[in-house]
Amino acid sequence: MPKLTIDGVQVEVEPGTSVLQAAEKLGIEIPRFCYHERLSVPANCRMCLVEMERAPKPIASCAMPCSDGMVIKTNTETVRKARRGVMEFLLINHPLDCPICDQGGECDLQDQAMGYGFDHSRYGESKRAVTNKNLGPLVATVMTRCIHCTRCIRFIDEIAGVPVLGATSRGEHMEVTTYVEQAIDSELSGNLVDVCPVGALTAKPYAFTARPWELRKTESIDVFDAVGSNIRVDVRGPEVMRVLPRLAEDINEEWISDKSRYAIDGLKRQRLDRPYVRRDGKLVATSWDDAFAAIAQRLNGVPGSRIAALAGDLADAESMLALKDLMIALGSPHRDCRQDGAQFDVSARAGWLFNSGIAGIEQADAILLIGTNLRWEAPLINARVRKRYLQGGLKVGVIGPQHDLTYPTTLIGAGPQSLEDLIEGRHGFAAVLKEAKRPLLILGTGAVQRRDGLAVQALARRAAETFGMITDDWNGYNFLHLAAARTGGLELGFVPGEGGLATAGIVAAAGAGELDVVYLLGADEIDGGRFGKAFVIYQGHHGDRGAHRADVVLPGAAYTEKNATYVNTEGRAQWGRQATFAPAEAREDWKILRALSAVLGHPLPYDSLGAVRRQLAATSPVFGAIDARVAASWAPFGGPGAVDAVPFAAPIENFYMTDPISRASVTMAQCTEAFILPAREKTGTHG
Amino acid sequence: MAFLDRTARGFFLSELVSGMALTFSYMFRPKVTLNYPHEKGPISPRFRGEHALRRYANGEERCIACKLCEAVCPAQAITIEAEPRDDGSRRTTRYDIDMTKCIYCGLCQEACPVDAIVEGPNFEFSTETREELFYNKQKLLDNGDRWEAEIAANLTADAPYR
Repeated sequence: MPKLTIDGVQVEVEPGTSVLQAAEKLGIEIPRFCYHERLSVPANCRMCLVEMERAPKPIASCAMPCSDGMVIKTNTETVRKARRGVMEFLLINHPLDCPICDQGGECDLQDQAMGYGFDHSRYGESKRAVTNKNLGPLVATVMTRCIHCTRCIRFIDEIAGVPVLGATSRGEHMEVTTYVEQAIDSELSGNLVDVCPVGALTAKPYAFTARPWELRKTESIDVFDAVGSNIRVDVRGPEVMRVLPRLAEDINEEWISDKSRYAIDGLKRQRLDRPYVRRDGKLVATSWDDAFAAIAQRLNGVPGSRIAALAGDLADAESMLALKDLMIALGSPHRDCRQDGAQFDVSARAGWLFNSGIAGIEQADAILLIGTNLRWEAPLINARVRKRYLQGGLKVGVIGPQHDLTYPTTLIGAGPQSLEDLIEGRHGFAAVLKEAKRPLLILGTGAVQRRDGLAVQALARRAAETFGMITDDWNGYNFLHLAAARTGGLELGFVPGEGGLATAGIVAAAGAGELDVVYLLGADEIDGGRFGKAFVIYQGHHGDRGAHRADVVLPGAAYTEKNATYVNTEGRAQWGRQATFAPAEAREDWKILRALSAVLGHPLPYDSLGAVRRQLAATSPVFGAIDARVAASWAPFGGPGAVDAVPFAAPIENFYMTDPISRASVTMAQCTEAFILPAREKTGTHG
Repeated sequence: MAFLDRTARGFFLSELVSGMALTFSYMFRPKVTLNYPHEKGPISPRFRGEHALRRYANGEERCIACKLCEAVCPAQAITIEAEPRDDGSRRTTRYDIDMTKCIYCGLCQEACPVDAIVEGPNFEFSTETREELFYNKQKLLDNGDRWEAEIAANLTADAPYR
């Protein structure tokens, strides 16, 4: 452990720590542009120069490893002079367009120029001008502003794993470019905007619309996948202007997917802002009292066994609890939160949780992916696997459709049969898993939303047990959910009660006329035509498939508009916070259900958010431990029966459009046009 | 003696006479009042009157929607909304000044990097209704067009001191 002195203070650090990191440990801030904690160190901006005793010149602190007895000074006249010199060179070619730059107000160069810049320029010649590059519908470029820190190149190479950016030429002629003009086909490309220290890369949909100082910031949780990324929602007035990632080492580190970041314009379109009731075949806007009266009238005299409820992919735990309690009060056992038809053994938590945790991936040395396109289903988990891959010694095997996951994979087979072969040791990858110290498998939703779903889970459990994935201090059996609501729904028991029907049964029974009323809590992935003549109540925030078929529409709040609990695929409950208000008449979802329950004569026993959350905590310990991962004990799960020979299918056809919000988003439609459709249209004779 | 002196002055109305004499003397001095609507006093080039949004000589509006004036305004009288114009440049879609809130401090024109928002020499913009004092972008641009000559002259006159 090297011991060094920085500004007169002794500090002991891990071997390999850079001087900059050591200084950071002491709370000494060293200015930097190219250095980024999660990227490799190129040391090309020279802004982090510090003075080292017995060194003839200032050293770049980001690239200098600490060694014993070093004496570093970060605050001498030499250091300041060196940094001022670097700053002057950076500003030679940087345009003076801060007033029209979207980075203005949160720009590293702007901030540091306040400390090390001159009040005038000594450079009278013409400035450099660079043509802008077209990087697709998400990232806007103003390449003249680029200071060549190469953070974007390193991010796209190392984290995103799509090496399309690079630099051409040298010195003043250096340009960051894609070589051949192409959009950046990565699910993480939005993070380029965050890593760029200047305004060279900015967010296209957000262009020129707001300034950082006029935004109100709310810390919240993302709902577009089951990862539960920590986000910050920036709001101006009633409008969500942008979403940024928030640091969460165990979940999303400091990245978020493009869908989380850019689908928010869908929050302004297709919104349900007042209750509707179907009269003479047409949905008519009405009042809350009217809508509740219509429901009460229809429910009057209907036995509980003819009522069913389905919860959608974006539902929060509070509203699912309220709906569950309401259904129990009405005497209905038919409820399900898995509208994709996935089957689970609900009592065995370990069977449907990401047991190793997302951060646990970094300890794995062999990974088996079963029926999942990790890159689309959970881009941040995929980024974590890639991070582990870059550390070396990781082998990844794939059963199911093979996709470009940004790291090399071994294709083992296409269906459950291959998994069986692997367990029997009939494939070479079995030896890899056997030898691995921390093997891990990730079972995707695509593998269980089929008829033999439970049998596949039993098989995967056998694989986990065979390959030593389950030990006292390691559980490598991971199930990856697709929806933010799913784990929460399973935790609080939004599943069929005694003698109740699951999703497939509910849809079939409604189609056959055996159910009179179906309550959809934001369930939009089921074709409305299949509910037959049933009276459909839709509660949600977007006019999507569910509302289209509904007989009564109750307008709810989207995730930015309510205080809500979401449980991610790891079994980690997190609180999303209200950033803005729901439009017009729309209300928070659990409040709607509470009000409806009173009209129906079965008032729910909670009147405040605190009371609902106490009830949640009483239902499952997960909701009592916010932000903590509640681990599951290993228990047998899965079902008997043989598996089908059918290969696993990918559950997501289009990454950019998976839910009512992203389907309403113009930006996501542009992404679909730019990235999804060309790939689909490709034929053998293409290109 | 003091008593006699005071009594004599009082008796002969000497204070009154000297006062009247002073008043009378003003009849022969140049007058300082103005026949206001027809005559106006001189104002400084730095005078902070009614706001205007200026244009460049080619007719292009100067404002680039940087929102610095909105940020600096201590009375929060300015409201700006912006988006990319069809040609991709950064422009305001809305530029409102609530003249009833404005305290005429001039910070907006100090903050403006392109001399777009200025407080011109016009101080005669009283209205009959409150609503007329909620200026929008069109009104401000019209002001700019109307007062451009005076505003430009004032800016030139004040330039050496900046």
